[in-house]
Amino acid sequence: MTLRSKDLLGINEMTAEEITEILDTAEMMKRVLTSGNKKTSHLQGKSVITLFYENSTRTRLSFELASKYMGSASANISTSGSSVNKGESLLDTVRTIDMMATDIIIMRHNQSGAPHFIAPFLKASVVNAGDGMNEHPTQALLDMFTMRERFGTLEGLKVAICGDIYHSRVARSNTLGLTKLGAKVFLYGPPTMLPIGIKEMGCTVAKSLDEAVEGADAVMGLRVQLERQSKSLFPSVAEYSKYFSILPDTLARAKPTAIIMHPGPCNHGVELPTVVYESPQSLINEQVTNGVAVRMAVLYLLIARRNQQ
Amino acid sequence: MNILIKNARLMNEGDPVDFYIRDGRISKPFDEPCDRTYDVGGAALFPGLIDAHCHLRDPGYEYKEDIESGTKSAAKGGYTSVCPMPNTNPVCDNAAVVSSIVSKSKQVGSANVFPIGAASKGLNSKELAEIGLMKDAGIVAVSNDGLPVETSDLMRKVMEYAGAFDLIVMDHCEDKSISEGAMNEGALSTRMGLRGIPTLAENIMIGRDIQIAEYLGLPVHVCHVSNRAGIQLIRDAKARGVKVTAETCPHYFSLTEEACEGFDTNAKMSPPLRAEDDRQAVIEGLADGTIDIIVTDHAPHHQDDKQIEFSLALNGIVGFETAFSLGYTHLVRTGRLSLKHLVECMAKRPSDILKLGRGTLDIGAPADITCFDLENAYVFDKDKMLSKARNTPFHGHELFGKCVLTITGGRTTYEELR
Repeated sequence: MTLRSKDLLGINEMTAEEITEILDTAEMMKRVLTSGNKKTSHLQGKSVITLFYENSTRTRLSFELASKYMGSASANISTSGSSVNKGESLLDTVRTIDMMATDIIIMRHNQSGAPHFIAPFLKASVVNAGDGMNEHPTQALLDMFTMRERFGTLEGLKVAICGDIYHSRVARSNTLGLTKLGAKVFLYGPPTMLPIGIKEMGCTVAKSLDEAVEGADAVMGLRVQLERQSKSLFPSVAEYSKYFSILPDTLARAKPTAIIMHPGPCNHGVELPTVVYESPQSLINEQVTNGVAVRMAVLYLLIARRNQQ
Repeated sequence: MNILIKNARLMNEGDPVDFYIRDGRISKPFDEPCDRTYDVGGAALFPGLIDAHCHLRDPGYEYKEDIESGTKSAAKGGYTSVCPMPNTNPVCDNAAVVSSIVSKSKQVGSANVFPIGAASKGLNSKELAEIGLMKDAGIVAVSNDGLPVETSDLMRKVMEYAGAFDLIVMDHCEDKSISEGAMNEGALSTRMGLRGIPTLAENIMIGRDIQIAEYLGLPVHVCHVSNRAGIQLIRDAKARGVKVTAETCPHYFSLTEEACEGFDTNAKMSPPLRAEDDRQAVIEGLADGTIDIIVTDHAPHHQDDKQIEFSLALNGIVGFETAFSLGYTHLVRTGRLSLKHLVECMAKRPSDILKLGRGTLDIGAPADITCFDLENAYVFDKDKMLSKARNTPFHGHELFGKCVLTITGGRTTYEELR
């Protein structure tokens, strides 16, 4: 099966079948990744550029390693060392990259919809590595991969996503994706961080942290995005930690088999305490490994589609 | 100069008749030879449309639009009079700028231009502008438009002071402290990860303005109302006798927030496109008279201001060349509004609110008229616009009601007769 679009803009644009295809492919890629020899030739003769307008550790490095493990020519541009600093527009910047025979542009941008805006202008495939508050599709894919790997299926799982939903592209992508694959998503956070109409994405907005976590198979904390707080959404970190943090007592309400997830980076003691972060239930570090496998799968499938065209 | 328009159906009623213009005024039939004769082949003839709210971007932003291109675009849409908002550069907040707009319009304009003066100096929301001197120079109303008067205190003073000069205050109702966003707040803005602009931002200010107008017993005009609760505020105020009038724009009855899907910046405007229930409320508000008039809020922008990231793109769309077609297609042909009512909302009533003495087909009135082909559908093509700008969400829409002739003060300002 091939992906329908040349670009991976968001989970919103994808079908359940496409998501499953990527997760299945990622299983294969994880075997490559964890074998002694990580080299494949799927991207040989191809070029992959990462263009990041925002900071990143995991996403950027995992995309870069994924493309290198698969043999592509790859380079990265950060806004600080490029003509973006001279005021070059986004469209001019990506057109320039496109004109260097680039196959895939992986972009993170602080504006929602930035990848959707540029994609129609480019021959290259655009992969959304996070756009504003809109989506972070490959994060959701790796989260779904992690859950599926542990539980075998996503169908019927209860997933609690807790914290700053308003600013979270991870919450949006996960809610869309998990719902498409039959999981039940419960959201909880301070009411000022729960955007209006979110339940129309097919999830349940819990009335308490306990309700969200009760009987959950997976509990996901979200980073409190202190840099995105344009307005006062909670009074203090101390108060947030007391009422909205995922504490061991709360976690006891989840299933005994439940897993803890977090997209990282984590504010220890805010979203969840270190004891939860490092508990045996925590798959937070495993998520990172899976991130490389999922991104290998995404690059593989996009290049496969390009080769067919 | 004498003009004869043959085969025109006045207000689209009755049999085609001959329509006479002499020396810039609508005339009784006469026998003298005519300088020009147009056969409009049974097209509907209306009073020239009057736009009480637009942006010509002149002076200061001529790369977006200027008086010449803007009024040509207006004439192509059937408009004979337009009222540009004061957010030019320099701001239209003094008699000199008003005079320059008026005189340039007379030289290069294809429509009557009646400027709207700034309510406060530099649109700064701090000091009253020279409203009296601007009236002498030709303004027909005052407004801070997109930079609405922030404090209730200044709004009160603007209403009081403008009232002394018999000028109405037009308010773009927006509480900026709660409107930081890129589209209507709701499930869609949440899903798209865009900051939402709640209807609350509009309605808090509508409520404030109504309260001030009611307290003072003075009129106020609410610009481009877009949502159900705001319309209800106006309906209730009118019912208890407050002198409030209101306008809406064609996009609020022909589009919803769904047009933002895919991050289309040509669907970005202020106030934002709302939900379907709000669209229905706008139509109901027009039908029952709560909303008095339809304006374009013609807001031309350069490609560089629109072909960018959604949240960074400027607000607004062009409107002259689609306004009547959208009204005819989405209100009249759907049976929601009579044709007579639509034309009143676009000519006579704007004239009444701004006291222009136009918008009629009476003998002796200024010969501001327009003819529309109401029979044939056409596909709207943004590249055929006479505006300098192309920021329209209606490209490719099939519409009815195409302007074929516009005459302004006895001068032909647009003609597209086969």
